[in-house]
Amino acid sequence: MGTPRVLWSITKKCFTVGVITLTVSDLFASIVPVRGASMSPTFNPKTNSLLDSLSDDRVLVEKLCLRNYKFSHGDVIVFSSPNNHKEKHVKRIVGLPGDWVGTIYDVVHIPEGHCWVEGDNTASSLDSRSFGPVPLGLVKGRVTHVLWPPHRVGTVDRKTSQNRVSSSSSASKF
Amino acid sequence: MRQWKIIAKEAMARASIIGKFLCLLHVTDAYVLSSNHVLGPSMLPTLNITGDVVLVEHLSHRLGKLGSGDLVLVRSPLDPKKTLTKRIVAMEGDKVTFSLDPTRSHSSRSLVVPKGHVWIQGDNLYVSRDSRHFGPLPYGLIEGKVFMRVWPPSSFGLLGE
Repeated sequence: MGTPRVLWSITKKCFTVGVITLTVSDLFASIVPVRGASMSPTFNPKTNSLLDSLSDDRVLVEKLCLRNYKFSHGDVIVFSSPNNHKEKHVKRIVGLPGDWVGTIYDVVHIPEGHCWVEGDNTASSLDSRSFGPVPLGLVKGRVTHVLWPPHRVGTVDRKTSQNRVSSSSSASKF
Repeated sequence: MRQWKIIAKEAMARASIIGKFLCLLHVTDAYVLSSNHVLGPSMLPTLNITGDVVLVEHLSHRLGKLGSGDLVLVRSPLDPKKTLTKRIVAMEGDKVTFSLDPTRSHSSRSLVVPKGHVWIQGDNLYVSRDSRHFGPLPYGLIEGKVFMRVWPPSSFGLLGE
């Protein structure tokens, strides 16, 4: 009697909530878990505390940066892997278009529209040193805050290493 | 005081309907179907130089149902704010033979498209800037598949090969 109507009303509400959540997470900000230790100690530092070893860090990713694609050295970004579009990685921007980045073997020029990313944990990080510069079109957002675990809640700051990057843009020199 | 409350309540109700509609519009535009104005000579004779309006569907590339010969809308690897419309010539694992200068038939190169990438070319090889210049395109830059043209009305119809 009333059951199909109740079911339909619940379905409509779920659909509406889903659409709104999807829009907000695409255009404004979303919360994602960070897996792996490639950004240790910024995310997932493997300390002996119980909370750290129980679950992955959760971070806030803002999407407003995708309007202009204007990033700065030291920004932590989320991007789709160039080798597998279904995987997403979290790394720090070390080089922007036009920069020259020094790796162990040589110096790489970052082409237009690309960036050079590296994990904070250089020993165990699969990043631009393996798959080269990443097109900025693959960037899905910028990490601004750590939201979990509670004792490490805070903003994610920019960290730059001036000694390895020769930047062509004077705006980033500080 | 009561009147303001009633007006405020009605305004909120109207705003929430508009908000929900805009969210639905965004989801449809990004995940189902959208329209795009494409112009430029790189896809002649398939697409006009003066500009066509095409319909782009966003389902095939998420389901992995793209193949060579498909017209796709991709985000440019040289400028993330621009989108390009090109044709997929080879998928990952395929061998592609191309020459940077189509007027000379001797200068050709071959390579295998790496994993997670596709090779795109414009139909007008003489003026198109595509994978022959910037290399294989990561699959993640593909935004959708162009399947139909709606403007100008004289060339209304499905596109494809």
